[in-house]
Amino acid sequence: MTRYSAFAIVREALRGNAGWPRALPDAAPRQRYRVIVVGAGGHGLATAYYLARNHGIADVAVLEKGWLGGGNTGRNTTIIRSNYLRDPSAAVYEKSRSLYETLSQEINFNVMFSPRGVLMLAQTHHEARAFQRTARANALQGIKTEYVAPFRAQELCPILNVRGPRYPVLGGLWQPRGGTARHDAVAWGYARACAAMGVDIVQNCAVTGIRRAGGKVVGVDTAKGPIDCDKLCIVVAGHSGQLAEMAGFRLPVESVALQALVSEPVKPLMDIVVMANTVHGYLSQSDKGEMVIGGGADGFNNFTQRGSFHHIEETVRALCETFPVISRLKMLRQWGGVVDMTGDRSPIISKTPVEGVFINCGWGTGGFKAIPGSGWATAEMVANGAPGHLAGPFGLDRFREGRMIDESVAAAVAH
Amino acid sequence: MSTRLATGGTRIDRSQRLGFTWDGQPLQGFAGDTLASALLANNQVLVGRSFKYHRPRGVVAAGPEEPNALVGLGTGGSFEPNARATTTALADGMLVASQNAWPGLAHDVGVVNGWLSRFLRAGFYYKTFLWPRAFWKRLYEPAIRRAAGLGRAPDRADADRYEYLYLHADVLVAGGGIAGLAAAREAAQAGLRVLLIEQEACWGGRAATDGVTVDGKPAADWVAGTVAELQAMETVTLRLRTTVTGVHDHGFVTALEAADAGPRQRLWRIRARHIVAATGAIERPLPFAQNDRPGVMLAGAVRDYAVHYAVSPGDRTVVVTNNDDAYRTAIALREAGLTVPAILDARLRVEGALPERARAMGIPIKPGHAVAGSVGRGRVEGVAVCVQAGEGAVLETIPCEAVAMSGGWSPTVHLWSQAGGKLRWDAAQLLFRPDPARPPIGADGAAIVTAAGAANGVLPAGDCLEDGVAAGRAAAKALGAKPQTGKAATAAAPEEAPIEAVWCMPQGAPPALRDKIWLDFQNDVTMSDVALAAREGYESVEHAKRYTTLGMATDQGKLSNIGGLAVLAEARGATIPEIGTTTFRPPFTPVTLGAIGGEARGALFKPTRKTAMDGWHDANGAVWEPVADWRRPFCYRKPGETVDQAVAREVRNTRRNLGILDASTLGKILVTGPDAGRFVDTLYTNRMSTLKPGRCRYGLMCNENGFLFDDGVVARIDDHSFLCHTTSGGSDHVHAWMEEWLQTEWWDWQVYTANLTEQFAQIAVVGPQARAVLEALGGIDLSADALPFMGWTEGTLAGIPARVFRISFSGELSFEIAVPAAHGQALWDRLMAAGAAHAIAPYGTEALHIMRAEKGFIMIGDETDGTVTPQDLGLDWAVSKKKDDFLGKRAQARADLTRPDRWRLVGLQTLDPRTRLPDGAHAVDGTVLPTGIRRTIGRVTSTYMSPTLDRSIALGLVERGPERIGEVIRFADGRGHIEARIVDPVFYDPQGERQNG
Repeated sequence: MTRYSAFAIVREALRGNAGWPRALPDAAPRQRYRVIVVGAGGHGLATAYYLARNHGIADVAVLEKGWLGGGNTGRNTTIIRSNYLRDPSAAVYEKSRSLYETLSQEINFNVMFSPRGVLMLAQTHHEARAFQRTARANALQGIKTEYVAPFRAQELCPILNVRGPRYPVLGGLWQPRGGTARHDAVAWGYARACAAMGVDIVQNCAVTGIRRAGGKVVGVDTAKGPIDCDKLCIVVAGHSGQLAEMAGFRLPVESVALQALVSEPVKPLMDIVVMANTVHGYLSQSDKGEMVIGGGADGFNNFTQRGSFHHIEETVRALCETFPVISRLKMLRQWGGVVDMTGDRSPIISKTPVEGVFINCGWGTGGFKAIPGSGWATAEMVANGAPGHLAGPFGLDRFREGRMIDESVAAAVAH
Repeated sequence: MSTRLATGGTRIDRSQRLGFTWDGQPLQGFAGDTLASALLANNQVLVGRSFKYHRPRGVVAAGPEEPNALVGLGTGGSFEPNARATTTALADGMLVASQNAWPGLAHDVGVVNGWLSRFLRAGFYYKTFLWPRAFWKRLYEPAIRRAAGLGRAPDRADADRYEYLYLHADVLVAGGGIAGLAAAREAAQAGLRVLLIEQEACWGGRAATDGVTVDGKPAADWVAGTVAELQAMETVTLRLRTTVTGVHDHGFVTALEAADAGPRQRLWRIRARHIVAATGAIERPLPFAQNDRPGVMLAGAVRDYAVHYAVSPGDRTVVVTNNDDAYRTAIALREAGLTVPAILDARLRVEGALPERARAMGIPIKPGHAVAGSVGRGRVEGVAVCVQAGEGAVLETIPCEAVAMSGGWSPTVHLWSQAGGKLRWDAAQLLFRPDPARPPIGADGAAIVTAAGAANGVLPAGDCLEDGVAAGRAAAKALGAKPQTGKAATAAAPEEAPIEAVWCMPQGAPPALRDKIWLDFQNDVTMSDVALAAREGYESVEHAKRYTTLGMATDQGKLSNIGGLAVLAEARGATIPEIGTTTFRPPFTPVTLGAIGGEARGALFKPTRKTAMDGWHDANGAVWEPVADWRRPFCYRKPGETVDQAVAREVRNTRRNLGILDASTLGKILVTGPDAGRFVDTLYTNRMSTLKPGRCRYGLMCNENGFLFDDGVVARIDDHSFLCHTTSGGSDHVHAWMEEWLQTEWWDWQVYTANLTEQFAQIAVVGPQARAVLEALGGIDLSADALPFMGWTEGTLAGIPARVFRISFSGELSFEIAVPAAHGQALWDRLMAAGAAHAIAPYGTEALHIMRAEKGFIMIGDETDGTVTPQDLGLDWAVSKKKDDFLGKRAQARADLTRPDRWRLVGLQTLDPRTRLPDGAHAVDGTVLPTGIRRTIGRVTSTYMSPTLDRSIALGLVERGPERIGEVIRFADGRGHIEARIVDPVFYDPQGERQNG
């Protein structure tokens, strides 16, 4: 692997930029691997990376149906935060956020983690109380967040309309080390780092069947032929249900389309990420200058990577109201991704009824921020054959036991 | 220099001069000009700077595909950044400013990026800015952000309005060229309702400019005649200056209209049974070195500016092409009296009607020749000529002021593709065209889009019209109408010889030239960048796009797409169709966010729901609180009072004398029908069907996971009917919840539900004097015998038909009176008048909350958060043990919900009565979890200073709470702790005697 640096850039430029080696791997699959990871999105690649790095297991193939990073990893609004209420969530998302802090240096690929701060607006009394509760929980979790007054929110984001008229900003939950990263780069960087450690990443290699013998996984059938394995880890987000079905079990997940959009690029306009949950919209500005906008998911299950226009309307309307100066900017591009939602809106990192098959799914609308931590926890589970303390609470058994990890506090009703 | 010609210009009105300013410089144009044509007419060839290298950029195109001519328009609340000059109609007094240049357009320091371009190749930023780590946030990123972006955003709220219009049509025809007009006409003649939309300010598309004839007459005559015919038909709607921006899920179409008066823009929301996409084609640039220099334009655009706007791009224009169409430009320029020093045609064989005509006009044609590079300082001053088959050895340099280039045309397949239609590669014409075998389909599997004309890959103008006719007839037939079958008008245009592939000019251009061959003019992506991406493994089209940013600029790759695919194909040794395209996504052209928002701004953003007594509250000191979509008085402040003082006064007065509360926002859902009893028994945890008419019962609703999500009092109206009261915020959700079960699971049950929340005004009269004041109103016997606690009755109160419920959320004697909403204010007034003798005073939501907390009553959303069961809250008494089933019953038997150490409801009293536990505080036991998180054993759910008890009180959920009454636990607060004693949750009147008064 050629080490990336400013020096390398100068050196290669002087040689006419003809010497750059391949960065994105695409291997032909071997006959057998110790571990096969299905899905070369962020979570799958991170799982493979930490299997090799933390557990010395590099005899790994990551099989990707299409192009790596082409699912939700390349379709999200890139928000990274860990200001969660429940302890199990806080633990995994904060692990993730802290790994993002040093990821660029660790994998020698600039993923542009930008700890610019994330502000979640409280626009009802109920939401204000919920965020105060979260801030207090975060203090005990070792996560630096703060409940801030409206004037501070205005200071952090001058284009914010704190006065309403409909939903004045009553306060906000501020996480100064939350932020964004370059989503594609996360996938590319992990892929390059995986390959450097000997992991095979195989693109255009859809898994078509999961072979079992005696209740245990023995391999997969793919578009590029059968491949044997000792362990199989399914990390395919929106299509988890189909893979589980191939393995012979069912998952408590629903797949829905979630949309995002960007405006045309403009000069720096806002320096932080703002999430307005009451009116339902998120806004941040990419380094390129585009305003990046996210909103609600479709109310019906589907696999189209599109989504209904009325969600775009609702989101844009909410954000024009919250940030009046964006009204004359123009929507440049909109797109959708398929997210898999669980009943408690928390992920699944779990063993499955099939021996040797593990699954990581259910990140719903917020998986990007979790990529490093999720990969870390999943690798630990796959390597040891059992979840560690990060993954433990997210097992499939929780649905049977009713041990929900429900983060939808702000969505509860007020009298 | 580029100038206005003395004569000509089919679209301008020379009698109307329009003044505008460009970077402070006053200029003039004519009515009918676009901003781009007006700038060109004033010799403003340099109009912008590119995104990355800040290279000088000029107008390239004449339509929505323009990547360069992006400007700032207007000022203040009317300022618009990144406005596309080629699609902006010139207006008198227009303020136009260049952008992305500092200190000025002509001398922009950003050009240093260009000098460093070999260090800033595709993806360079992924390889550097790594160390020191803290520098990314503090130094690198801010610098990158300042350099990036295009225009500035406005600095204030939008001064304009936007509106939505809804339209249903049988056939939507997108595009008003000859194919679209023909399709619209055929569909309309078949008796269908037709909507015809054209993005430009006039009809007819390219046909008139390109010398097409229809039935032997100039195309313009046929266009005028057809438009007149369509305008005369009542079933046809025509819209100019409106762009179909997207075909969304389920065939939903949006179109953006630039309005002339009233709102700034209208977003049309269209449902059409069938869509005809007659959206034309977009010309491609040619990939030669320095093809980005101002003065290098698309050949079709040069022709448009000359013919439509009488703009000369300069005295001498060199045409460079790989197809016959560009000859039309040479001919048009010559006809306008301008010089074409040469036509460089990359093809070795040049024959056919158009080249012959050019040759006959004396224009030198150089077959097999190409451009090795444009030359000039800041703008084109000449082209270096080479042979296409070579590596770029310069044969001569031809001085010129402009270059008209044509690399062929790409059908505008956006709408087809957005809707889900697939494309096929046409190897003869070198373009992707709609594959009729794989069209976009609707729910019934039938095609919903038909492509027509150039958009369908039918480029020859003569065939375009015929294809439009066929599309219109096909659409009519698909919808079951009877299309005409006779012979339609036929168009004719000179035959054209085949295009030849030129994906690099010259064919063997060395890296030094490829470094300067621009594919994406706005984002500064060169052939070398795409080749580098492929070499580094970013070879899938999506990877290459994301790595190089090719096609991600504001023109969304309308010019660059095919060129990039060709480079990838070459690098991978594959064909263009093997590479495939990126996904076409809406919008076709950028859509103003304000237009997407429409009228829903300010007060209309989410209209506030108001109760019948809202005006009274407002006039009497209400401090408002948003509750769901309602607004409710938080308290009523008297002069000189703080909010806290007002709340305390309201609580004391209600407990001592008489309070009155507007409870109208409470959800009221009528459940009726033969199976209503069975239904409410399944919804609620306790049994409701045994309730007698005239009686009320408090009930809880749980979700399938067994967690409490709503509560309220159910009143039995008659044998078949229950009135279910819900929380204010929960009424819509509960109603939807009921309907979901009825419609998806129990569709055979005879139950009907109606949300009556807004039909009734509901007033709570609360306090020791409550009965006295109601008796003073007269009309209903409200004695304890006639109306016991948890009973309801109906009759006429003060002459108003009313239902009176004897229920209490405060612990006081309390009546809730529901009257038709129209009578709400009248009843309120009567109560206030009659209550004056009893010191009646209104109270708001905060007093309501405090009084219920004093009584240990739970509040949905405070004590519950989606993870709390009725049992956790000590509400076991409201959970039936006898019923076979109810929603949540099975779930409540699961291991985690029966865990003995669950957090359960208790009261909390701080050891210091003046200290209030903070909202959301957590109790800790001093241990630490393996994750490093401090273990919590409980939390505060409601916390108040109690005016009644004159001390702080709180409710909370604590691990094994009820077993630990009397124990003192510690709540974390900053670095310290607050100690509180676990007590019974009922702080006031534990025997519940007051409500029986």
